[in-house]
Amino acid sequence: MPAAQPAPLTLVPPAADTAPRTIVDIRNLTLTYQAADHPVYALSDVSLSIAKGDFISLIGPSGCGKTTLMRVVADLEQPTSGEVTVNGMTPEQARLKRAYGYVFQAPALYPWRTVERNVMLPLEIMGMPKADRQQRAREQLDLVGLSGFERKFPWQLSGGMQQRVSIARALAFDPDLLLMDEPFGALDEITRDHLNLQLTRLWLSTRKTCIFVTHSIAEAVFLSTRIVVMSPRPGRILDVIDCDRDLPRERTLDIRESPEFQRIAHRVREGLMEGHSYDD
Amino acid sequence: MTTKNMLPVAVMALAVLVLWYAGAVWLNAPTATDALNRAGHDWTTADLIRATLAMKRPILPTPDQVARDLYTSLTGYPVTSIRNLLYHTGVTAGAAMAGFGMGVVLGVALAAGIVQARTLESSLLPWVIASQTVPILAIAPMIVVILGNMGFTGLLPKAIIAAYLCFFPITIGMVKGLRSADPLTLDLMRTYSAGTAQTFRLLRLPASLPYLFTSLKIAVAASVVGAIVAELPTGGQAGLGARLLSGSYYGQTVQIWSALVMAALLSVTLVAAVGLAERVLVPGGRGGAR
Repeated sequence: MPAAQPAPLTLVPPAADTAPRTIVDIRNLTLTYQAADHPVYALSDVSLSIAKGDFISLIGPSGCGKTTLMRVVADLEQPTSGEVTVNGMTPEQARLKRAYGYVFQAPALYPWRTVERNVMLPLEIMGMPKADRQQRAREQLDLVGLSGFERKFPWQLSGGMQQRVSIARALAFDPDLLLMDEPFGALDEITRDHLNLQLTRLWLSTRKTCIFVTHSIAEAVFLSTRIVVMSPRPGRILDVIDCDRDLPRERTLDIRESPEFQRIAHRVREGLMEGHSYDD
Repeated sequence: MTTKNMLPVAVMALAVLVLWYAGAVWLNAPTATDALNRAGHDWTTADLIRATLAMKRPILPTPDQVARDLYTSLTGYPVTSIRNLLYHTGVTAGAAMAGFGMGVVLGVALAAGIVQARTLESSLLPWVIASQTVPILAIAPMIVVILGNMGFTGLLPKAIIAAYLCFFPITIGMVKGLRSADPLTLDLMRTYSAGTAQTFRLLRLPASLPYLFTSLKIAVAASVVGAIVAELPTGGQAGLGARLLSGSYYGQTVQIWSALVMAALLSVTLVAAVGLAERVLVPGGRGGAR
């Protein structure tokens, strides 16, 4: 697929010859845990199917279970009931096969490792020979625009650069699925815009399936093919909005001014209002 | 050191010297007065002060007396001679280093066990803490006697006592260090499906190094104390502890102070060496800075 070239502003069909393959399938997922005096319904009867190449944003107020949902997919959290498959496997099998890369809210870089050696970490765990590791790390750093920073230590980099290193690290072993938990939440808006643009380009060039947790409506609409609006108590899905119909795959920051963009953003906002109880 | 830092250092050193001399005059005055009175002549305050600063067996020797004694005992005899203080320092340093080595191995092993197996924390840690409530002065002679009975003399009993003192800060610091890894970084290792050993080697261990080195500085100073204490009940053939012991037998306060100064210098050197090792071994230039 000629993704890297400036494509016409029409919908590029995902691999026309094959039907879009389901990467993540979530069925009737419920997760409750016992708080001090009452059970907390973190997720209630959540179903969602994510196709290959999708960019899915999970958006919703705090406590709506968006991070929990993603942690269940990553096998970092165990559901109470329901079924999840990742690449046709259970989340645990998928994790053991390293099917996904995970980007956390904080960069979570190792301060004693240089930037390059941070990116090499997953490859080292997988037992890749050193020369290959280094080459792969350099490619990934180049992809996130950090060539020349290989020998720096994390504290010598800005917050946005650190988060880019952590994205490079998640991409290093070339997983099909990228899970991102509010990766730009702690950054200022200008840096965030910049990184959103980089991320959408990265997604177009790598064709990875992405699940992206965010608080920001603009970010969700800008990046996603589909937006999943969630609401708390109990954590559930309110609305799934398809952005691919109205917005081109290849996006620039300008499209945020377009009526289509505004319309989708409006619908997301309405969904959030509906689900959010402001009385507490 | 820059000249800007020199001034406070010099002022502090001067203050210590002045206080030391004042203390020597004050503490030695009663004995010196007795001696002057017994001599029968009239004497002035200046005579008294001069006498307090040049006594053969002072309560508190002056810095210059200690310095002179140090100089003669360091340069007056070959290094291998039992009369050379450097020889004794070497003996103590050897025992302290051997004990430090044992203490590091024991301390790190205990910490790794405690962190990896929850049951060890409740079963082992109370004993580790209890071991440190027993005064080292009480347990040192027993260790020396028991090991001597088994045929071990010389360095080994001293090293064991030094290790007994210095494994504790290492265990405590290392347990904290091994648990200091950010929960996110632990989750990260899980997403890579890294095994326990890999997580330990690639995450927990490097994350613990800044804590370990802080503990090592405490432990290396403690190992010198342990070695000196261990030299007291061994009859005192050699080592700084032996010099302290024989000094106090014969009222040689100057000799005691010389040994004390050497012990302090030894500790300072060893702590500085640990600090240097930290600089080399902990990359990132900021230790555990995040």
